[in-house]
Amino acid sequence: MSTPSAHPAVHGHYFVPSPSLYPFILSCGMLTLALGFLLNLNALPAGKWVMLAGFGIICTVLFGWFGRVIGESRSGAYNDWEDRSFRYGMVWFIATEVMFFAAFFGALFYIRVLSVPDLSSMVEHHGYSLWPDFTGSWPTSGPKGPNFTPMGAWGIPAINTALLLSSGATVTWAHWGLLKGRRAQLNLGLAATVLLGCCFLTLQAWEYHHAYTELGLTMGAGAYGATFFMLTGFHGFHVTLGTVMLLVILVRCLKGDFTPERHFAFEGVAWYWHFVDVVWLLLFVFVYWL
Amino acid sequence: MSTAIAHPGNPHDEHYPGGLMRWLTTTNHKDIGTMYLTFALMMFFVGGLMILAVRAELFQPGLQLMKPEFFNQLIGVHALVMIFAALMPAATGFANWMIPLMIGAPDMALPRLNNWGFWLLPPAAILLTMPFTLALFGIGDGAIATGWTFYAPLSVQGGMGVDFAILAVHILGISSIMGSINIIVTIFNMRAPGMTMMKLPLFAWGWLITAFLLIATLPVLAGAVTMLLTDRHFGTHFFNAAGGGDPILFQHLFWFFGHPEVYILLLPVWGLMPHVLSTFSRKPTYGYTAQVYSFIAIGVLSVVVWAHHIFTSGMPIPALVYFMFSTMSISIPLAVLFFCWIATMWRGAMTFETPMLFAIGFIVLFGIAGLTGLVLADVAADAQYHHSYFVVAHFHYALFAGGIMGVITGVYYWLPKWTGHMYSEKLGKLHFWLTVIAFNLTFIPQFFLGLAGMPRRIPDYALQFAEFNAISTIGAFILGFSQLIFAYNIWCCVRGGTKVEARVWEGAEGLEWELSSPPPHHSWEIPPVIR
Repeated sequence: MSTPSAHPAVHGHYFVPSPSLYPFILSCGMLTLALGFLLNLNALPAGKWVMLAGFGIICTVLFGWFGRVIGESRSGAYNDWEDRSFRYGMVWFIATEVMFFAAFFGALFYIRVLSVPDLSSMVEHHGYSLWPDFTGSWPTSGPKGPNFTPMGAWGIPAINTALLLSSGATVTWAHWGLLKGRRAQLNLGLAATVLLGCCFLTLQAWEYHHAYTELGLTMGAGAYGATFFMLTGFHGFHVTLGTVMLLVILVRCLKGDFTPERHFAFEGVAWYWHFVDVVWLLLFVFVYWL
Repeated sequence: MSTAIAHPGNPHDEHYPGGLMRWLTTTNHKDIGTMYLTFALMMFFVGGLMILAVRAELFQPGLQLMKPEFFNQLIGVHALVMIFAALMPAATGFANWMIPLMIGAPDMALPRLNNWGFWLLPPAAILLTMPFTLALFGIGDGAIATGWTFYAPLSVQGGMGVDFAILAVHILGISSIMGSINIIVTIFNMRAPGMTMMKLPLFAWGWLITAFLLIATLPVLAGAVTMLLTDRHFGTHFFNAAGGGDPILFQHLFWFFGHPEVYILLLPVWGLMPHVLSTFSRKPTYGYTAQVYSFIAIGVLSVVVWAHHIFTSGMPIPALVYFMFSTMSISIPLAVLFFCWIATMWRGAMTFETPMLFAIGFIVLFGIAGLTGLVLADVAADAQYHHSYFVVAHFHYALFAGGIMGVITGVYYWLPKWTGHMYSEKLGKLHFWLTVIAFNLTFIPQFFLGLAGMPRRIPDYALQFAEFNAISTIGAFILGFSQLIFAYNIWCCVRGGTKVEARVWEGAEGLEWELSSPPPHHSWEIPPVIR
C-alpha cells in the first residue's frame, strides 16, 4: 500500500502518556463533592461528610496527577513539541476564565445600565409602578432591599490594588531571575509574590468582615450586594488558587526544578497570576470606584 | 504499512490493561472516541424514551398517563440529555477518533485530559437523572421541571431537581471545555508537516470553530447557573426585581450561550458533510475556501444574535431590529455552504450508499430548518410563533435532521474504518427510509399545530389539535423504534462482517484512508508529510 513518506526528523516523537486512573478517580471525586453539596443545600443528612470525602479524593488525585506530570517533566519526557501543547492549552484555559468573569461583569453592566433605571422609570413610561419611590441611583439594593453602605474604593481596595500590582512585578522579576540563571532572585521574587497574595487575601477577608458586621453589605443586599460579592468572591477564589499554585512552584524552585530553557509550569502560573491581576483592575474600576 | 513503530522514549506504548481497566485508564484517542460514541448512543435512547412517554401522553387530549409536573420534568431532561449527553458527546467522539487520523497526529495533544473529559460525562448524567429515582423514595419532587432553559423565576422557585441540573451543567461544561481545549491544541500543534491551515480537512475546521464557540460561551452558562444557585440558596437578587435584579437578565445570559450552542451542535456536522458528499460523488469538494470562511463567519455571527430567542420578552425597538437583521444575515454564509454541498454533487458520479442517503436527507431537511428559522427571525412574525409547536418543529428539523442525522451520516461513513467490517447496507437503507418518513410524520404536523396556536410544553390541549397530535405521536414511535435498527446494525458491524480495505470507499480522499481498517492502536507515530 502506498504510504506518505515518513519524516521523523521534522517533529520527533510526541509523548503519549501511559494509561492512568487519575482522570477517572478525579471525576468520582467531583461527583462525590457535588452530591455532598446537593445534600447540604437541600438540608439532607451527611452532606458535610460526603463533601469532605469528595474534597479529599480531589486533593489526593491532584497531588498524584501533578506529581506524575512533574516526574515526567524531570525525566525529560517533554520536548519543545509537548511544551507547545501545554502553552496553547493554558492560554485557552485562561480564555475560558475570562469568559466566566465576563458573565458576571455582563450581569453588573446589565443591572446598572438597564434593569435598575427601568425599575425607577416605570411611572414615566407606563404610568404606574409597584415602587413609585424607587430612584434607581447606583449603588442600590433595589426597591425592597435592606439599607447598606457601599464599599469605598480608596481604603482597603486601593491597598489591595497596590499589593496585586506589585505582585505582578515581583513574579516578572522572578521570571527574569529564572531566565538569567539567578536562582536567588527567582526564589526571592516568588516568595514575595506568594506573600503579597496572602496579604491581599487577608485584607479581603477583613474587608468582608467589615462589610458584614458594620456596613450591612451582605450577599442579600440586592443587586449591589450580589454583584459585589460574586465578582470579588470569585476573584478572591482565583487569587487563592493562584497563591497555592505559586507556592507549589516556589517549592519546586527551591528543589532546583526548571531551567532557563524549560519552565512551562512557572510561566503557566505566572500567566494565570497576571490574568487575576487584570480582573482585579476591572473590579477596582467598575465595582469599587465608578 | 507497518503498524507498530517502537520508540525507545515510550516503553509503555504497546501495553494497556485489559478488560474494564482499559477503558477507565485509557489515554488513546481511539478508545476515548469509542467511549464518547457509545455513551452518546446510550443516552440517545434514554432521551428518546423520555420523549416517547411525552408523545404517548399527547396522543389524545386530556391527561392519561402522567401528572403535568412529571410531564414538565420529562421534556426538560429530554432536551438536556439529547443536547449535552447525546449530540455533543457524539460530535466529540468523532473529533477524538478522526481528527488525529485526518491531520496525521500520533494522538490528541493532551491525552490524560482527554480521558478526564469523557469520564466527567457519566457523573453529570447521573446527577441529571438521579432526582427521578430520589422522588420514587420520597426525597424531593423529581427532576428539573423548567424546561432545558432554566428560566428564572421558575427555576429560582423550583425543587431540588434544579440544583441537581445546575451542578450537572457545571460538570458537563467542564467536560466540554476540556474537550475543546484539547481539540484546539491538537489542531494547532499536531498537524503533520506540510499540512497548512488551508489544507486542514473541513471536518477539523468545523470542529475548530465549534471549540472556540464552546470556550467563548460555556463559561457564561456556568456563570448564569451559578447566579441561579446563589439566588436559590444564598440570598442574592440577580434575577429578582425587588433587589434591583431582573429575570430577563437570565434569559440574556442563557441565550448568549444557547444560540451559539445550536452552531456548536451543527458545525461538526457541516464539517463532515463535504467529506461524505465528495466521496460518493467522486469529485473534490467544491469551494473549500468559501466553506472555511463561512464556518468562521457563522461562528462570529452566532455570538451576536442571541436575543432573537426572546423577542417577546420585551426589548427596545432598535434592539429588536438589530437582532432580527443580524440573525437573518447568518443565512448568507449558510447559503454558501448549501451551494457548496450541492455543487460538490453536481455532475458527479454519484452512488447512494447509506451515508450518502443520510447526507442528502440532511441537506433537504436541514434546508427546511433554515427556512423556518428565517420566519422565526422576523420580529413581527415571531410574536405569533413564539412558544408554539412551530418552534418545536423548527428546532427538531435543525437538531434532529441537522444534528442527529448528520451524526448518523458520520457513523455509517466511518464505522467500517473504525471496526474493519462493513455494516449491512440493506439494514442501513431501511433505517434511512424509516427515519426520514417517520421524522417528517412526526414534525410536519407540529408546524401546523404551531400555526394553529398550540403552545409547547403543555400536557393537555384543545380538541381541535387532536388529529395532528395523534399523527405526530405515531410518527415519533416509528422514529424511535427504527433507531433500534441503527443500534443493531452497529452491533453486528462491531462483532464481525465483511472485511474492508484501508480505503473503504472508492472515492474517499484524505490521510485517514491511508491507514488500515481498523487503524493500529497507535497511528501516525511517525508523521506523514503532506505536499
